[in-house]
Parts: sequence; C-alpha cells; structure tokens
Amino acid sequence: MGATLIEKIIRRNVHDDSVKAGDIVFVKPDRVMIHDIFIPFVADKFHEMGFKKVWDTDKVVIIYDHMVPASQVDDTRHFRRGDEFAKEQGIEHIHRADGICHQLMPELRYATPGDIVFGTDSHTVTYGGVGAFSTGIGYTEMAGILGTGELWIKVPETIRININGKLRDGVTSKDIILRIIGDLTAAGATYKAMEFAGDTVKEMSVASRLTMANMTIEAGAKCGLFYPDEKTAEFSGVPLDEEHGCFTDDNDGDYAMVLDYKAEDFVPVAACPSQVDKIRPVSELKDIVIDQVFIGSCTNGRLEDLRAAAEILKGKKVAPYVKLIVTPASRSVYLDAVHEGIMKIFNEAGAIIMNPGCGLCCGRSGGILTDGETVVATNNRNFLGRMGTSKVNIYLASPVTAAKSAVAGKITA
Amino acid sequence: MATFTGKVFVLGDDIDTDIIIPTEYLALKTIDDMRQYGFYPLRPELPSLISKGDIIVAGNNFGCGSSREQAPEVIKALGVSCVIAKSFARIFYRNSINNGLLLIENSDIQDVVKEGDELTVIPGQEIRYKGVSYKIGSLPDNLMDILNDGGLVNAMKKRNGLI
Repeated sequence: MGATLIEKIIRRNVHDDSVKAGDIVFVKPDRVMIHDIFIPFVADKFHEMGFKKVWDTDKVVIIYDHMVPASQVDDTRHFRRGDEFAKEQGIEHIHRADGICHQLMPELRYATPGDIVFGTDSHTVTYGGVGAFSTGIGYTEMAGILGTGELWIKVPETIRININGKLRDGVTSKDIILRIIGDLTAAGATYKAMEFAGDTVKEMSVASRLTMANMTIEAGAKCGLFYPDEKTAEFSGVPLDEEHGCFTDDNDGDYAMVLDYKAEDFVPVAACPSQVDKIRPVSELKDIVIDQVFIGSCTNGRLEDLRAAAEILKGKKVAPYVKLIVTPASRSVYLDAVHEGIMKIFNEAGAIIMNPGCGLCCGRSGGILTDGETVVATNNRNFLGRMGTSKVNIYLASPVTAAKSAVAGKITA
Repeated sequence: MATFTGKVFVLGDDIDTDIIIPTEYLALKTIDDMRQYGFYPLRPELPSLISKGDIIVAGNNFGCGSSREQAPEVIKALGVSCVIAKSFARIFYRNSINNGLLLIENSDIQDVVKEGDELTVIPGQEIRYKGVSYKIGSLPDNLMDILNDGGLVNAMKKRNGLI
C-alpha cells in the first residue's frame, strides 16, 4: 500500500518513512505567517513565554491585510506592534499593503510544494493548492513556534476526492468545492486531510486549485492537498521532482474515504444563509433580489476570477440599486488586471474598486450591510454577522455567478 | 483535575468563531473588553447570564471557522469551566487546550440536558446529570501536560526556566 500526500510531506519533514495517519509527531515548519489581527498577541505571548530571539527570521512572514487601510480607531496599533516586533527580531519578510496573506504566500513563493507552513489564520489551508501542507493555528502556538521552531501535529487521515471529466461552461472550481462541502457537511472532514485528484483537477489552473484548497477548512479539514504538476512547478519556481517536494500520486494510499465525482455533474451552486454547507443550485435561487455583490477574497480574488467576471460585465452596467465591490487579492493581481483592461471594464460597469486586502470578507470595512439586505459574495464564509448585522443574507458563489447577478440585480446563473 | 459542578447553557450545532466573538471586536485591546460581545450574533444576553463555573453544552463542530484564539479566551473569561460538545473544530480544539480551557467530547448528553440545570464533571471519567452517568474519554498525554501546566504559555515558561 502506498502513502497519502500528507504522509509523504510529513515523512520528508521528520525524516522518518514509517510515519502514518494517527501518529503524533513534532514537525519543523518551513515557513510561518502572521497577519495584522494577531501580530500584537503573538509578540506579547512570545515575550511572556520568556523567548528572546525568533528561531529563524527568514522563515517568518508578517502580512497586514485584514485591517488595511485602517477602518477603526486604534487599528494602527496592530501595524505599530508588528513593525516593532519585525525590527526587534530582524524579520525582513513584511508586507504592509501588498494584498491578502493567502494570495501572497504562494504568489511570492513563501509556500512551495512539499513545505510545511503554519499561519495564524484558518484559511492558511490555501497553500495545499501548490502541494504544501499548510494549516491555521492560534497565536499562542505561533509564539511557541517562533521560540522553538517546532510544533506537534497529529498526522491526519485522508479523504480522497477524484474528479474526472470536463466541466460545463460557466462552472468553476468554486462550484466544485461548494458542492463537496455540501456533501461532506461543515464538519465532514474535521481533523482530516482532503486530497484531490483526477483529470479535471489536472486540467485546472493553479489559481482554481488554490480556490478549492482555501475552502477545505469549511468542511473542517486540516488541509486540502493537490499533487504538484508542471503548472505547480512553474508557478512555484521549483524543479518537478520529489527532492523539491513535488510528490507523485501512489493512487493506493490508506484512505479514510474515497469520493468519486463526474465533472459533468457539477452546476453553478451557492451556499445559502447562513451555513457554508447549505448548498443549492443557483437555478433554484433565481428570483432572489440582491443589494450588493462582492468579488474578491483569498478564495476568488485572483486574476482568473477578475477575468471571468469582466468577461460578463464587458459593455454592461451593474443594476442601478446594486453595489458591486471588487477587491483584487494582491497588488500584482491588481496591476495585471489594469494591464489587461479588466479594471477599465469594472469601472465602466459601475463597480467600486477597492485596495488589495481582505476587505468586506472579514466584515470590518468596505461594504458592511444591515438587516434584511442580501449579498452575493465570492468569499468563503457566510456566517451570521460576517458582513454586518446578523440579519444580512450572504450567498457564497463563483465570480461568474456573482458578476451575472450584479448585472441582473438578482441571483443569476 | 478535580470534580466540578456548574449550571448549563445549551447551544446548537456549528457554533462558529464569528458567533463566539465577531471579527469587528477582535481589535479591542483586551479579552476583558471583548467578553461582553461573546456569542453576540446568536445570543447577546449570554455574557450577562453566565457565571463562574458554568458549562456550555453544544452539538457538532463547536468552534468551527477562524483561527481566532480570542474564541476560547472569551469563553474562559466569561467564567465557563468547560465546553461539552458532540465534536470540536480542530483549530478551536488546539487553541482551547493551549489556553487551559477544558473541552469534553460527548454525544449523549445533548438529548437530555436542559438549560439552567446543574451538571457535574469528573474529568477523564464521566459527566453526571440527574443521577445518570455519561462516560467521557481522556486527552493524549502531550495535551494533558499542557492543560495541567495551565496552558501553553506556562508550559513554555517552564521550558525557559521562568517558573
């Protein structure tokens, strides 16, 4: 019997080929990421624990994204504390206004195939899209890693998901992952790794894989992994071999569960208020009138997402009473979208274009809603109160569905 | 860890971290500033009702969502002695142990327990409610060590010779 991808990644890290699901091991992270919301707490706990120096400054990345630009009094305290800590420790990888942490980590090659990465954010699972084992932890554990350079991990069991065939027009990787979360439920993969394979997955861009990996946490997963291929190797700038963490598929790992999907069976879907696993086909929601559309986030704020939305919006106007908010995931995504003329299309359609960052997704700024209002959003969570009051209706969908809905003024596939 | 008794508050499935402490309050300076907003989107009255030693009983996937450690910290600051749930989300689980908040997995108590009643916990052994015992498991050794140290900060202080 072969190994699962998570077993291969952890075995490489701990130099022990006998490691298997269920074992508790201490791993040495290749990289860690701390964002603006938690940096003051990490710094405080680090000192409180009695540590003086970070174990390896090159392995630490600090990214400001949730609070950029500051929207509430005292937000800037987080930037000050982060800057102080970076200076005190000599940490040079710090991004103050370059975009969302989960876009920047793979984009800037801080997270590459085979790496083990921990971040102070649940959507750290995103880097599974390039074949890295990455997952979220709290700030106390992060402070512990900064001091010790290690963390205990229980090697998770794996749910294998095979997807084969050709997707229908207008169906995206967002529709796939939403459907899978609906099938598994919001707790269906708790403590487990999800591993994606099949020819549909091979056909996908790295960006589409990052979208799916990003949302595996919404099924409770510890990580969501894709086997690296030529596209990954090019994206991450590494040779395509096991020595560089690009592991191949044994096809016969010891899986806790195997799910098989046909690509042709996927249709545009949405997660309905207020649970990520309350999945319905968009065609069943088509008369729902909306107030706002949000295109952005670490789930769907990449160039291909903006491109797909712009293709629909080209030459059209957003419905008069709808606010369309577009938030590119990073500075380079923004720049590429400008060069491609995508931002011009958004602007002419009447969209509100925001700075790269988390924006509305974390509910602190940039389009907060109130009781009874409805938003179609491309991000990953529709929890109560996520984008304003607890009586806001949040529908999570693909950038294609979001753009079509913005034009129609109601949910549209 | 000694036996304890507390008054029960009952919550449902998928109680997420945005419910436990919404993002908009995460920039408040201290956990004490945040505790009044605990469970705000779902049950804003809870912080004023919960007293020291009380127990939360919930369904599946308690603590799902973000990695915010303020979630277990706010629950602890409200005085809650432990959370009993059918299952816990993994980041919340780690964060709770690291902050010295006891979590207990049990799937039987939810069907019978009523809010406001008293319940007794014998850690690592059983829950007692209205004269009936419900078996509970114990934690792996490495986690029990952290919990017994009073959380990860103290465990690290010990490692660094500060206590």
